[in-house]
Amino acid sequence: MSTAPTPEQPLALRTERSSGNGPHAPKRILVLGATSGIAEACVRLWAARGDSLYLVARNADRLAAVAADARTRGAALVDTAVVNLDDTAAHPEMLAHAINSMGGLDIAFLALGVLGDQQQAERNFATASQILHTNFNAPVSLLTWLANYAAQRHAGTLAVLSSVAGERGRKSNYVYGSSKAGLTAFVDGLRNRIDREGVRVITIKPGPVRTAMTENMKGSAKFADVEAVAATLVKVIDKGSDVVYVPGIWRIIMAVIRAIPERIFKKLSL
Amino acid sequence: MSSSAELDFHTPQPDAASNKPDGPPPFESWGRYPAYQAELKHLHWQGDFPRAIDGVHHGALAVGMGRSYGDVCLLKDGTLLETTSMNRLLGFDPATGLLTAESGITLAQILDFAVPRGYFLPVTPGTKYVTLGGAIANDIHGKNHHHAGTFGCHVTQFELVRSDGRRLFCTPTENSDYYSATIGGLGLTGVITWAQLRLKPIVSRKIDYQGIQFHGIDEFLELTRQAEHNEYTVSWVDVTSTGKNFCRGIFMQGDHSQVPAPLRPSPKPKLVFPMELPGFALNGFTVGTFNALFFNKQIKKRVTTQPDYEPFFYPLDAVLKWNKMYGKRGLLQFQYAIPWEHAREGTVAILQAVAKSGLASFLAVLKAFGDVPSPGMMSFPKPGITLALDFPIKPEKSFALFDRLAQMTNEFGGRLYPAKDARMTSAQFQTFYPQWERFARYKDPALTSGLWERVVGGQLGVRGGGR
Ligand SMILES: Cc1cc2nc3c(=O)[nH]c(=O)nc-3n(C[C@H](O)[C@H](O)[C@H](O)COP(=O)(O)OP(=O)(O)OC[C@H]3O[C@@H](n4cnc5c(N)ncnc54)[C@H](O)[C@@H]3O)c2cc1C
Ligand SMILES: NC(=O)c1ccc[n+]([C@@H]2O[C@H](COP(=O)([O-])OP(=O)(O)OC[C@H]3O[C@@H](n4cnc5c(N)ncnc54)[C@H](OP(=O)(O)O)[C@@H]3O)[C@@H](O)[C@H]2O)c1
Repeated sequence: MSTAPTPEQPLALRTERSSGNGPHAPKRILVLGATSGIAEACVRLWAARGDSLYLVARNADRLAAVAADARTRGAALVDTAVVNLDDTAAHPEMLAHAINSMGGLDIAFLALGVLGDQQQAERNFATASQILHTNFNAPVSLLTWLANYAAQRHAGTLAVLSSVAGERGRKSNYVYGSSKAGLTAFVDGLRNRIDREGVRVITIKPGPVRTAMTENMKGSAKFADVEAVAATLVKVIDKGSDVVYVPGIWRIIMAVIRAIPERIFKKLSL
Repeated sequence: MSSSAELDFHTPQPDAASNKPDGPPPFESWGRYPAYQAELKHLHWQGDFPRAIDGVHHGALAVGMGRSYGDVCLLKDGTLLETTSMNRLLGFDPATGLLTAESGITLAQILDFAVPRGYFLPVTPGTKYVTLGGAIANDIHGKNHHHAGTFGCHVTQFELVRSDGRRLFCTPTENSDYYSATIGGLGLTGVITWAQLRLKPIVSRKIDYQGIQFHGIDEFLELTRQAEHNEYTVSWVDVTSTGKNFCRGIFMQGDHSQVPAPLRPSPKPKLVFPMELPGFALNGFTVGTFNALFFNKQIKKRVTTQPDYEPFFYPLDAVLKWNKMYGKRGLLQFQYAIPWEHAREGTVAILQAVAKSGLASFLAVLKAFGDVPSPGMMSFPKPGITLALDFPIKPEKSFALFDRLAQMTNEFGGRLYPAKDARMTSAQFQTFYPQWERFARYKDPALTSGLWERVVGGQLGVRGGGR
């Protein structure tokens, strides 16, 4: 019987190679939730500069289209795995496979997430629980494995899409918001633990970005452009920042929102 | 602090447009006329259609960048399926220049990818902000029509998805009837999910350009003959002057430079036209002044330069949303193709009618179409002369002129371009495109457009009628 691959021993056969040199040393990038609008925009930039990609998503047809695009743009390598990431038991195997396929790991980018139906979640715990599972449990499972892998090698970057929605609970989306609040706290704590091991851990907090998740919302025409957001993310991930707001203005907006006294905030319709 | 609308993200709202009859239309064509309410949905993936129209009963239509001028990309109270998020590259062969991409990709995005790899569009319109799907559906033409034919001539295969879920792989030999009906098929035969296009090699971004003044139609025709071997030809013509300046213009010819030079990607444009100008800003006086300035900017009879391809092909793209300069009422375009037999007299008569009307036209573009046949059943170009004019909309005056010009076009055996039309009558359409009944057999029963409803709809009974 085979046991799940562990972070200490993820590769049975192949030895790891370090990523090459040159004008842009190609990176080995694992994208979890690769059919996300934000992730795909990043994938295009990584592919165009010749990085190696391992793309994971739950929908095979969509994933095939994203992968074809990345190959066409010039990615050094594109491998894919169709996995429903809610299935945390499948994570170790898939992660080991990804690392094996790329011969190591420089960046893991976690983009999976669901907005969920807030109103239904208010009445039905199963709905709320599903949102929490995809947005919190699943990333925690992935990060637990990846953090140990990276810490042991004293290298790598773990970049996680949380949200400004996690900074203060609001009537309109507090179930989603609380899943992101939990994720933010987890990722912040993880950084505190393994930054000293040489692993960069990045908490990314996008403001509203125009993607499939948000395009039917009121005012979505004014949301940030996903290509601009991706350009920023690719930069901050290379740099290894800690906490990133995109667009940057949301750092200020959220500071203001956090500063509103609760006795006023609780009466607002946000 | 930001407004509550901005904060109100992550709250799904019912599609604002569909239930707000007085709000701004959710999707506009480039002429901003007519303005129709509709429900707007986005296609992200090749598998999204037909699921996206489950429960839709008032007809649907795929739309791209809305760079058509009239109602070919609109549907009153229907469902518009916007494709621009479905814009992936699916494959490229650097040896042959065959590029496969999803239909919502824009020609600008294709150029960003292709130019640094030494390839260019086989045919390009006067703006690069159109989608691959839109370019096929209107079977667009460019300044090289006399060499290369229409866009459809370079589309080697595509997938067409029908509302019953059938996915048709279309090439000149496989499902060839749907291939032919879909090229120039006005979006009515199904949704094109992806297509393959044959790009052409270039070694430089530069264009070897000559601009030559002409006075009168005969000089234009003579220059056209002389420039037969030049790949790109087009003329700007002054449609405001009468008398000795009647039909004066600048004949522009160009070829891709054969001298190898760096193939850098284009910079992103920054200027966006800031606001709607009031209607009076574009009166005959300002346009006449513009035309005189443009003409006299080129003082010499002949100018030879080597511009980048951007200003040569896309002079107006430097200012995004320039259509707003026409104000709220928008603009109409009028474009005909008149076959050689009557091309000269027809063009003179129409230019006279335009000049006499005093209704300003900002841009008038004159070109000779060549005889390369298009695979498209409903394709617009035919050998002869084509003229494209812009008019700011002044309901009574410009509509009356329009209707007159359409009638004249008909009398001279010509036809109008559906991509730039909001006015032709159903009788005119059916005269211009007598093959429309054959075409209607390939129409998807769930799809229709403002144009189709106007020129055919009623005759087929039900809304969006198909067969
Ligand atoms: C400044 C300017 C210059 C222009 N110059 C030229 C020119 O030189 N030559 C020329 O021919 N045209 C020209 N045009 C017109 C323009 O090229 C066409 O109208 C073109 O079709 C617009 O493409 P779009 O992506 O905006 O499509 P839209 O205008 O949104 O839609 C056009 C048609 O395509 C259909 N369609 C779109 N996507 C799909 C799909 N995926 N599947 C099926 N059907 C689809 C729509 O239903 C509609 O019928 C010009 C327009 C402008 C604004
Ligand atoms: N857009 C915004 O305004 C915004 C703002 C703040 C934070 N974020 C966060 O940014 C991330 C990306 O969002 P986005 O805007 O790009 O939205 P998106 O396009 O809807 O992407 C979300 C992705 O998560 C995937 N996913 C969901 N559950 C999954 C599962 N069980 N297994 C595998 N994949 C799963 C989805 O896959 P399918 O394609 O199969 O559905 C989808 O590709 C999310 O975490 C989101 O919460 C977004």
